Amino acid sequence: MPTTPFDSTLERREADLLGMWAFLATEVVFFGPLFFGYVHGRLVQPQAFVEGSHHMHIVLGTLNTAILMTSSLTMALGVRAAQKGARVRIWLALTALFGLAFLGIKATEWVLELPDAASASGGEARFYFLYYAMTGLHAIHLTLGVALVAWLWLHAKRYSSAYHAPVEVMGLYWHFVDIVWVFLYPMFYLLERYNA
Amino acid sequence: MTVTNYLTEGFTLRSWLTTRDHKRIAILYAVAITAFFFLGGAAASLMRLELVTPQGDLVSAETYNKLFTIHGVIMVWFFLIPSIPSVLGNFLVPLMIGARDMAFPRLNLTSWYLFVLGGLFTVAALIAGGVDTGWTFYVPYSTAYSQTNVILVLVGVFIAGFSSILTGLNIIVTVHKLRAPGLTWFRLPLFIWASYATSLILLLATPVLAMTLALVALERFFHVGIFDPAFGGDPLLFQHLFWFYSHPAVYIMVLPAMGVASEIIPCFARRPVFGYRFMAYAILGIASIGFLVWGHHMFVSGQSMYAGMVFSMLSFLVAIPSAIKVFNWTATLYKGSIVFSAPMLYALGFVGLFMIGGMTGLFLAALALDVHLTDTYFVIAHFHYIMVGGSVMAYLGAIHFWWPKISGRMYPEMLGRIAAITVFFGFNLTFFPQYLLGWLGMPRRYHEYPPEFQLLNLFSSAGAAVLAIGYVLPLVYLTWSLLRGARAPANPWHATGLEWQTTSPPPQHNFEREPHVTQGPYAYDPVR
Repeated sequence: MPTTPFDSTLERREADLLGMWAFLATEVVFFGPLFFGYVHGRLVQPQAFVEGSHHMHIVLGTLNTAILMTSSLTMALGVRAAQKGARVRIWLALTALFGLAFLGIKATEWVLELPDAASASGGEARFYFLYYAMTGLHAIHLTLGVALVAWLWLHAKRYSSAYHAPVEVMGLYWHFVDIVWVFLYPMFYLLERYNA
Repeated sequence: MTVTNYLTEGFTLRSWLTTRDHKRIAILYAVAITAFFFLGGAAASLMRLELVTPQGDLVSAETYNKLFTIHGVIMVWFFLIPSIPSVLGNFLVPLMIGARDMAFPRLNLTSWYLFVLGGLFTVAALIAGGVDTGWTFYVPYSTAYSQTNVILVLVGVFIAGFSSILTGLNIIVTVHKLRAPGLTWFRLPLFIWASYATSLILLLATPVLAMTLALVALERFFHVGIFDPAFGGDPLLFQHLFWFYSHPAVYIMVLPAMGVASEIIPCFARRPVFGYRFMAYAILGIASIGFLVWGHHMFVSGQSMYAGMVFSMLSFLVAIPSAIKVFNWTATLYKGSIVFSAPMLYALGFVGLFMIGGMTGLFLAALALDVHLTDTYFVIAHFHYIMVGGSVMAYLGAIHFWWPKISGRMYPEMLGRIAAITVFFGFNLTFFPQYLLGWLGMPRRYHEYPPEFQLLNLFSSAGAAVLAIGYVLPLVYLTWSLLRGARAPANPWHATGLEWQTTSPPPQHNFEREPHVTQGPYAYDPVR
């Protein structure tokens, strides 16, 4: 008796991809209340949010954005390599390293911002609450992503042009985590920069 | 006999706790939610006992608050939400579509462990002294004022939420990718349509609740956040987010019940279901409009009047697909050869009670009337007609209908019928007086009331006692039938549907040979 519910690895790949897309749909909605909280706060207390935003470390944030975008490139190249049956390890390693670099810089920022956040009150306190909650949740997702990419790296020998669904599924997840950051970056760092 | 089935694949506890077989996982869920059902039922019994007399003499007001909170939390998240989707969905979805298992068997088992973990947190909160916020966790009471174990329960519901999400994900992928050859979308049984639509709601609404409750917990812990007006937050934001999940959650409970009724009624009327495609579209219609009506829980909250009008109108719209379903079940009976077996009694009871619950929902969707009825026993009666009269009746009907398939034994038919009638009678005696009480203006969530309400409360409490007997009966005779019941044939009801083509109980991988489907569901012939 077969032990898998699938008839072929092809069928299994399709199910894995659909499963990840469905999971990402859940993730989008999961972040939803935070985004609503942000929109509401910014509508009610716009000045406090601009004020909070000006205390962000724009250089570190921008550097981090560049790093994360690059990691998406290496992840995409990793998926491409897996599909062609080429070597994937180098790309996976680079992706994980970029992810770690992002997390390191992010942690530095959190520590640097802590005094400001602790002394903030009113709308600004709300801004910092959302900042820590949203970037924190994003970092949790990225940490998980780095761990999974490392796991793929360990088992890289299993993947060939015939079987590489896990790398593709991981790619979807990684890009999702990046896209979340693409929204977070302007929301927290770029508010009314032009008259700063 | 050397024939093995999924029950004889292993007898150790370990073989159950590490299983990846969707049928065994369904049993694990059934055991867990039955325990929670009786726990939540015990809380309700104490409440009904307190309400026998107008004075608050059995429990204090604080204890009463904790009782209705734990009753709501347990019944909603630890019984109703996982009842049909996780128990029967798990058991039946692969069987009904001719698959060997769910798409992600390991994830399936993980979902069960998450459910149990969430349940443990909730029970821990109960042991630590309970929670008094109501199952709705309204802020700022839950974030700033309540002195009870709010965070523990929030964590419990948060974790159980992920169990829901992952079950929904599993069912969606399974239905998309693992249908047997020839089983096109419009040949799917309506139970599958209902499970699929329910899974979409589980997937797209539950995360909102999870995040919202997480934010409440953070706000309570750090004293900063987005809901409490003291921090410049907005309690209405919480209510919007909470009901964005909790209204669709009603459809998580009732859509699968509709799926069950659509399987049982054609079988015991020996008629194909009337208007199959309309039934399928109605399920999808209810699931999608259901996402857009949450504001009707907030008519008196101070939200914009225009929002109220739109939400009211959309809520009326849900009645259309719901009515289509009731009409079609009724039309299915027309000229049928009806057998009033226990599952059929439950299914017919479901249709009637769902109709009353649905119609009174329209009262509450009417803006002006709702001002009078908000937070009265009318609301309690309305949603219990849907959740208990609808979902629990259907759940029990389903357990009886598929019992031969699940256990390989027949249940005692006469006792089954007696229990079904007891439940129906007890239910109406419990909850119909509550419509009247609400109409007369008795508010919910109080442990004492003016003496003129006593007679109706007495009826209600007496009904609760009858209902309790109706719920314990099946537990007793179904357990008995596991040991002593007659062996069930593969298809005792002469039902259509792939699950009846395999042996009872099915082998580990469901089918000896993969079924090929050549026709639509419900190919019943009126003449048996």
